[in-house]
Amino acid sequence: MGARENILARIRRAQGRPGSGPTDAERAAVREAIARHEVGPQPPFAHAPDRLAQFLKECDRLGTTHDVLDSDARIPAALARYLDAGGLERRVTGWEAFAALDWAGAGIAFDNRPASGEDRTGLTGCFCAIAETGTALLLSAPAMPKVTALLPETHVLVVRRARLLDTMEEAFALLRAEVGDPPRAVFFVSGPSRTADIEQTIVIGAHGPYRVHVIVLES
Amino acid sequence: MQVQSMFFKQRAREKLEDPLLQGNLRKAKGKFVDGRAKAVAEFGVWEEVRTHAAKVRDRALANLDAYLLEFEAHATRRGAVVHWAQTAEEACAIIVGIARDNGVRKATKSKSMVSEEVGLNEALEAAGVQVVETDLGEYILQLAHEPPSHIVAPAVHKSKEQVADLFVAAHGKPRLTEIPAMAREAREALRGHFLTADMGISGSNFLVAETGTTLTVTNEGNADMVTTIPRIHVVITGIEKVIGTMEDFATLIRLLPRSAVGQSIANYLTLTTGPKMPGDADGPEQMHIVLVDAGRTKLLGGPMQEMLRCIRCGACMNHCPVYQNVGGHAYGWVYPGPMGSILTPVYVGLENAGDLPNAATFCGECAVACPVKIPLPDLMRKLREQQFDRRLRPWPERWGIALWSFAAMRPGLYAFGTRIAARVARWMGGREGLIHALPGLDGWTKGRDMPAPAGRTFRELYRQRRGNHG
Repeated sequence: MGARENILARIRRAQGRPGSGPTDAERAAVREAIARHEVGPQPPFAHAPDRLAQFLKECDRLGTTHDVLDSDARIPAALARYLDAGGLERRVTGWEAFAALDWAGAGIAFDNRPASGEDRTGLTGCFCAIAETGTALLLSAPAMPKVTALLPETHVLVVRRARLLDTMEEAFALLRAEVGDPPRAVFFVSGPSRTADIEQTIVIGAHGPYRVHVIVLES
Repeated sequence: MQVQSMFFKQRAREKLEDPLLQGNLRKAKGKFVDGRAKAVAEFGVWEEVRTHAAKVRDRALANLDAYLLEFEAHATRRGAVVHWAQTAEEACAIIVGIARDNGVRKATKSKSMVSEEVGLNEALEAAGVQVVETDLGEYILQLAHEPPSHIVAPAVHKSKEQVADLFVAAHGKPRLTEIPAMAREAREALRGHFLTADMGISGSNFLVAETGTTLTVTNEGNADMVTTIPRIHVVITGIEKVIGTMEDFATLIRLLPRSAVGQSIANYLTLTTGPKMPGDADGPEQMHIVLVDAGRTKLLGGPMQEMLRCIRCGACMNHCPVYQNVGGHAYGWVYPGPMGSILTPVYVGLENAGDLPNAATFCGECAVACPVKIPLPDLMRKLREQQFDRRLRPWPERWGIALWSFAAMRPGLYAFGTRIAARVARWMGGREGLIHALPGLDGWTKGRDMPAPAGRTFRELYRQRRGNHG
């Protein structure tokens, strides 16, 4: 017998259940329990009356800066202001979804490709965002490289207001409804990367970005 | 990892006498405990979520085989290869085999306590694979050739000055004095490794049965590099980590970072299902998942099963007065503090770690802090009972307990014995009423005096007072 069979048999023996593996009825019961997708209790602030305010409050706590714009067309100019204010280079590597914006008009050099270790600012969208924790959910997909959110020192993240949800459970429900099976990577980002591994002192900017800037689009 | 738990008493004494370590431990203590207390206070429904979390963990553990097979079926359907390892040796052999079959020369790792358990780094290095730890704390310890002393903050026992010395030796750059500069230097040193490793090795905080998903929880972003960039991704984790659904994960993740460090959420939660899909912009070509038993099935089926709910937040050790004073290395294996005092004796043998369930004041703080309601002191008491039953305690202790239980079950004898003992102790206390030394119990009196009793027992006084007033 192989390791797998031995481990399964040991589990059943320890728990006093006969046989060498789960019965069909046990498997079916587990599938039924899973299919219920039972939602546990949630903190009161997860369902705030003003969802956007809750989202921005959590962003502040995480050290995520933010901007609220009324249309896509305003992204390049807003981003130019943000880069200038931070003394950052006017060069952005971003997802294809943003390639058609008027970058030249805002004086920004836009590279439509996955970011490398050399790129300074990465621009991505997201599948949805979560107000409870100030979180964005990104999915791996052909035109949505995750490295763009990860390798550059600055990550600019576009969130559409219509895709802002209250909780992680709602995000998973939306994922099931729109995508079905989760893609290879489901990636929740909440603020810039950090470490407290030396003397429990929080340092912003560990391996991921030093800065996360969220642009909320009202449209 | 080699077990040193049989030397707990000696190591604890050394740690208590190490002024540098004592200073480092004092600095850490308040940050963890205060951070958690604040996060819990503002959460609102902490007890409700704890109760639900314990329920979802119990549900999976009660049908562990069926949940594991459900996980395996979905992971396999998505193109991952699922391996099963009964022992540490099997787990290492599987991963060394994957490395060898694919010509792997360099592996980057995010933090995995299971990999520490099985001694994975040593096994890979013996097979000629360079292993690079990428969690900052683990990286520091790899440079220092030391094991972690905390499951969440592995280098909590090191001061920034000690880190600065290690970095000078490893990076050959001028000595740094500020922590942010050290973090940046480590980032730069590790960036090249992230981009050139052939294999990424991660743990998995949970295994989601409904989709065959593994997942990592980090603040640094290192696990995302490790699971995204190399061409092979290997997950090593324990069989007890399986949960039913994404909703169960949502519940548990409300508790984990708050309990660990007082954060409402960790910066990066990465759920990984299978290797790169056709057309994906990034991701590994192969994904392997190694499910490790190595003692876990020994906890199943009895009262100790509750221990397998553990989500590895570290709150129990942060709140433990013993851990706070001796640090993690005294415990002599991978898991320190209260959770380690249960896991270590079960995984490596009670005869090798007999002091650990006794290294407790039974103050109960760990059970209060535990986000999944593991009754840690009760489980330690069970291990103490097992030690007594298996005659693993020293004979004076066993005879002493046997004698006490003989007397305690005979009220007349007990009253007579305590009357004698109270008078002897009174006499020993002398004029100042303090006992300086107790024969056979010098552990109690070495560092303090014991106040002598009044010379009469409670029952004598009770009888006398009732006589006066009745």
